[in-house]
Amino acid sequence: MIAFLTGPMLWVSLLVFFGGLTVRAVMYVRGLNWQLDRVAYKPHMSLGLRGAIHSIRCWLIPGGTYGWRQQPFMATGFFLFHIGAILLPLFLIGHQELLKMAFGFSLPTIPSSVADALTVLAIIGGFMLAIRRIALPEVRILTTAYDWFILGISVAPFVTGFIARLHLGNYDFWLTCHILTGEAVLLLAPFTKLSHIVLFFMSRGQLGMDYNIKRGGAKRETAFPW
Amino acid sequence: MPQGTFCNTTPIGSEEELKALLGDKGGAQYYEEMKELDVDSDALGALLEKTCQSRIHTWLEICAHCGMCADSCFLYRVNDRDPKQVPAYKIQSTLGELVKKKGKVTNEFMRHCVDVAWSQCTCCNRCGMYCPHGIDMGVMFSYLRGVLNSQGFVPWEMKIGSGMHRVYNAQMDVTTEDWIDTCEWMAEEYEEEWPGLEIPIDKEDADIMYTLNAREPKHYPEDLAEAAILFHLAGENWTVPSVGWEQTSLAMFAGDWAACKMQVESVYKAIERLRPKRVIGTECGHAHRATVIEGPYWAGREDGLPPAPYIHYVEWVAEALRTGKLKIDPEKKIKEPVTLQDSCNYVRNHGLAKATREIMSYIAEDFREMGPKREHNYCCGGGGGFNGIGKYRKERNKALQTKRDQILATGCKLVIAPCHNCWDAIRDLEEEYEIGIRWSFLKPLLIKMVIVPDHLKLPEE
Ligand code: SF4
Ligand code: SF4
Ligand code: SF4
Repeated sequence: MIAFLTGPMLWVSLLVFFGGLTVRAVMYVRGLNWQLDRVAYKPHMSLGLRGAIHSIRCWLIPGGTYGWRQQPFMATGFFLFHIGAILLPLFLIGHQELLKMAFGFSLPTIPSSVADALTVLAIIGGFMLAIRRIALPEVRILTTAYDWFILGISVAPFVTGFIARLHLGNYDFWLTCHILTGEAVLLLAPFTKLSHIVLFFMSRGQLGMDYNIKRGGAKRETAFPW
Repeated sequence: MPQGTFCNTTPIGSEEELKALLGDKGGAQYYEEMKELDVDSDALGALLEKTCQSRIHTWLEICAHCGMCADSCFLYRVNDRDPKQVPAYKIQSTLGELVKKKGKVTNEFMRHCVDVAWSQCTCCNRCGMYCPHGIDMGVMFSYLRGVLNSQGFVPWEMKIGSGMHRVYNAQMDVTTEDWIDTCEWMAEEYEEEWPGLEIPIDKEDADIMYTLNAREPKHYPEDLAEAAILFHLAGENWTVPSVGWEQTSLAMFAGDWAACKMQVESVYKAIERLRPKRVIGTECGHAHRATVIEGPYWAGREDGLPPAPYIHYVEWVAEALRTGKLKIDPEKKIKEPVTLQDSCNYVRNHGLAKATREIMSYIAEDFREMGPKREHNYCCGGGGGFNGIGKYRKERNKALQTKRDQILATGCKLVIAPCHNCWDAIRDLEEEYEIGIRWSFLKPLLIKMVIVPDHLKLPEE
């Protein structure tokens, strides 16, 4: 079972993940329309790209925007979860061994103590996001079963992976769960809200372009204060 | 499909139709008919399919339902943080449902969308700045208004407003004759006090073509005279077009895109006909947004720019003060504490926060900022057509509380509002809440403060 999951199934998952998300990104750009969106993308491309990069960069820095600064609890939960969610799958030793087995190369790895800390922090971050959903009326009203599913499936690989790592209970069982949920995330990403993995950059960048090209970017001395 | 006499999918086509619609006091019959209006689901579905593309579609799909946009919306805050006023909720429960159901919705649902689109969002675009995904509800609500309008679901006043543009090419019934008369009348009226004062009509190749808001000739023509006096004092070579002088667009608030195009093209034609070096618009926020920021797209101009450089009045004033074309008498500077309303339509939407501050540095001794300010300022409470819709007067009055509290916190009794809509909202807020403030456009203040050059002075008796 594990051999199948880390063999052909991993291949399929990665293919769907990268292929699917690339398609989503390309479709996004192709669907942009200067007249419908009311943004003159082409004639002001460099102004636009500058705005896009600025806007993306500001939102990737904790405290980099008014939005993050005003909501420290959300910002903390968000960054704890997302830093883990990006670093761990990429640089965990175990994952790199898989990569080496499958493709014959590997990326640098992070020390296990750091990895453990990141895992715990990511789980805490996910927990904080969940608490917000229950505690705040303005988030509760927006929350649907679908949101819970997305949150659950994104946190699951961390929880299962960590249990396996601590060798609590049946190791093989938890490892299988970890791989299954991890691959589920990969497979679902292009078709669900998880597509925000790439669409965040597209949407954020598009609004940055909008603001810089049309909404006064050129009239401001400094870039838009996100 | 029952189409009402007044409430229907046909836009206003003639003066008679417009007058008849105006005769329906308060839209009583209009709103009754709206209850019966059929929804053409096929057309609606097809429109959504065709126009709800990448960005709006993606926005609806990836909204994380995180609620970070909640606090950014002044309407949410002022309505006791009602969760139903969370920007994401407002759009998901209206446009989101429409898209999900591919237009197969009921009349009741459409009327609910009308209420939300015109009374729970002023398209101030503030929330877009606070959403991690860059989801801008102001953009989406503008779009939703267009979709609703295409099915005849639009508030009575908005239908009249865009009808005015269709019939008179102006937001009010000001005809070309009325307009020219007003220019001549104002020039005559003020000529004695300001020798040599002119309002030149249709002068070709002037340095400046001036455009304005139809309410000025209609209700306060002295605003036009004040503009003329200031251009005169600054020694500008300027003109107004006989046709294409109206810069506003209630059609934009109504979501009547065809009328928006008609309106803005009339201004662009005037620019092409008179070939001014640049165009200056009056102290109005939505007029600037309509003609300078959004207009090029309605008119199909691929570079997103009007046919000639087109600046807002505050940009001209800042420049005139900076270059010394207008000089302020230091004795006459505003001495009392004074604050400034940042109009979303040109501050958040066109980066003009600096120009207004520069003006304040020349004219005010004790300028106090509202908090939040600049791009982060809140809507006056009456934007996006909210000011003018009788049906939503209660909600609008509630919305004014945000600005009331902001102004009170500055301790100022004088508010400068270089935007017609904001000016109106602040006037109404004083009427409603009586906090003892005064409000003003820039022009009358400037006229009181500028130094009149010797050669333009009235000869001594
Ligand atoms: S902040 Fe953005 S992503 Fe979050 S709920 Fe609001 S619109 Fe959706
Ligand atoms: S555009 Fe303004 S009024 Fe509309 S939802 Fe956003 S913040 Fe609220
Ligand atoms: S009326 Fe003024 S403050 Fe309100 S949305 Fe329009 S520009 Fe902004």
